[in-house]
Amino acid sequence: MALDPGLVGRSYPPSAVYEVGREKIAEFATALGDPDPAYRDPAAARALGHPDVIAPPTFAIVLSLGAGNVVVEDPDVALDYSRVVHGEQRFTHHRPIRAGDRLVATASIDAVKTIAGNDMLTTRVDLATEDGEPVCTTRSMLVARGTA
Amino acid sequence: MTRLRAADVAVGTELPEQVSRVTRADLVRYAGASGDLNVIHWNERVAREVGLPGVIAHGMLTSGLTARAVTAWAGDPGAVVEYHVRFSRPVVVPDDDAGAELTVRGRVAAVLEGGQVRVDLTVTSGGEKVLSLARAVVALG
Repeated sequence: MALDPGLVGRSYPPSAVYEVGREKIAEFATALGDPDPAYRDPAAARALGHPDVIAPPTFAIVLSLGAGNVVVEDPDVALDYSRVVHGEQRFTHHRPIRAGDRLVATASIDAVKTIAGNDMLTTRVDLATEDGEPVCTTRSMLVARGTA
Repeated sequence: MTRLRAADVAVGTELPEQVSRVTRADLVRYAGASGDLNVIHWNERVAREVGLPGVIAHGMLTSGLTARAVTAWAGDPGAVVEYHVRFSRPVVVPDDDAGAELTVRGRVAAVLEGGQVRVDLTVTSGGEKVLSLARAVVALG
């Protein structure tokens, strides 16, 4: 079934606050095999001008995966998840995510397309501090193969 | 580490080639760290049932490893302001100790305003391109 183009622009309520911890950043960096001290040593991060250890550029996926679930669970979004693959991913960093950040994620539907029988859904997640400072915008495009 | 200076790069500047290996153990570690527990990244039976050649790496693990080549080159992971990847071919990870090889090459494709550069990356596994697009905008010092 083709996705309804009328879904574009639909926005979902903001998530609960996610507090970014030093240990979570270090765990994520280790999973990427990345020894960069800016992910583990606050002094090394400060030497680069950051207030605390920062997260790798793709760390925001941890938050956007969770926040994107509201789209997955929306009964109006008829995507066949048994046939879904990750097609495309984009991160726009307004500033690096860092330890101590208290972030709120707001998901919305950015684009809906059907090309060559494949449904494509792009979910946007805006990450901001609980005070409203924009930190990162992620866009994830999922492809449901041969469902349209 | 210090951030690479814009004056030290030009269009055509190449990043050091990065070769890494991804094993099943790496997939389990990434699944835990990222929260992406999709079964196709650790269960051969289910991966084959859905038509895949075997267990495949998380797209975001591939893209995270690719970004590492950029952050190591830039000298400051906070220098990456924009990062965009498009997945074209899964990285199949065999059930052995060697795993899958992943090679990242990159070059400065454009010098932008405000000390920013665009880096275009080529990512291959076993000689095949696994990302049809991978680019980063990096703010240099």
